[in-house]
Amino acid sequence: MPVSAANSQVVFDALKANGVRLMSALPETWLVHLIRLADDDPDVTLVRLAKEEEGVGISMGAHLAGVKSAMLMQNHGFLASINGIVSGAQLYRMPLLMLISDRGGFGERDPWQTEGGAVTESVLSALRIPTRRLDDPAKVTEQIRQAQTLAYSSNRPVALLLTRDLMWEES
Amino acid sequence: MTRLEALRAVYDRLAGCAVVTIMGAVAAELQSIGHRPNFFYLQHAMGLASSVGLGIALSKPSLPVVVFDGDGSVLMNLGGLSTLARYRPSNLLHVVFDNESLLSVGGFPTATGTCTRLAEVAAAAGVPRTACATTLDEFVTEFAAAQDARELTTLVAKVDAIGPAAFVTDLGLLENRFQFQRYLQTR
Repeated sequence: MPVSAANSQVVFDALKANGVRLMSALPETWLVHLIRLADDDPDVTLVRLAKEEEGVGISMGAHLAGVKSAMLMQNHGFLASINGIVSGAQLYRMPLLMLISDRGGFGERDPWQTEGGAVTESVLSALRIPTRRLDDPAKVTEQIRQAQTLAYSSNRPVALLLTRDLMWEES
Repeated sequence: MTRLEALRAVYDRLAGCAVVTIMGAVAAELQSIGHRPNFFYLQHAMGLASSVGLGIALSKPSLPVVVFDGDGSVLMNLGGLSTLARYRPSNLLHVVFDNESLLSVGGFPTATGTCTRLAEVAAAAGVPRTACATTLDEFVTEFAAAQDARELTTLVAKVDAIGPAAFVTDLGLLENRFQFQRYLQTR
């Protein structure tokens, strides 16, 4: 599979190193290794969702209960979660660490991904969600740490976009 | 039965539990009986109260969690029932006040008034214990039984479609949120 197992491991290790103990996820191609790593790790509770918006509520509950969490989703899952983000996490000042696979950009072969790819960053910006693109595995560990730090100091959602350069080995 | 009667009848049983409610009438009525630091009112994000409850229940497995949900909210997140069932935290009691309407936003009827039976939906989703109470006595009995059972339960309570005159209270949303978080830090 051309999804990068090595870079998925880098992302997963950074999440664990930053104390993430609960991950919610809905499968998508670029996330398969990450989800498997979470599933196989006895220190991590993986919550497989029916729809990504549930993950907002689960992360809110986990935060209130003192557990650090992360959300693994595709950008279309982020788009499907917006009311929960706005009227849950933002209204109640909850940190969310959202790792969003950024499908539908340059190099995308699946026609159905392309509309979402065109609007993801604009929507994140409209929601005032601090966002960074992860494309260099050498920087990922530090970038995840910084994102989580801001999420908790600001009590707000932050987004890290998992890019094709990071997640896909054939391009 | 009214929702207020039902809440009053189990109010004392909420001590020591993390309680999460949905917006509107449920939140206002529980506050009218008496706010406590262990109550969190999710005043928007319809559908996610059960997800917040799941997040708490998974994070603190020894803490009893009670979610007061509603038919309109559950219908917005039916998939969430399958997620609850999948992880079936034994410390979560999921109460659904089913008044067959979207009372807090104008009273329009929901599908539970004509065809959808939420306790059966929950059971079919895989929730291990489900019940539907139509009288106050039944509700109190089922609520106590669910707390004693220590197994994920969805308890649907058929209640009248009446609520308080106003939904905004003097408890700030963030005041409630941080107070609740501090309460959970002690548990």
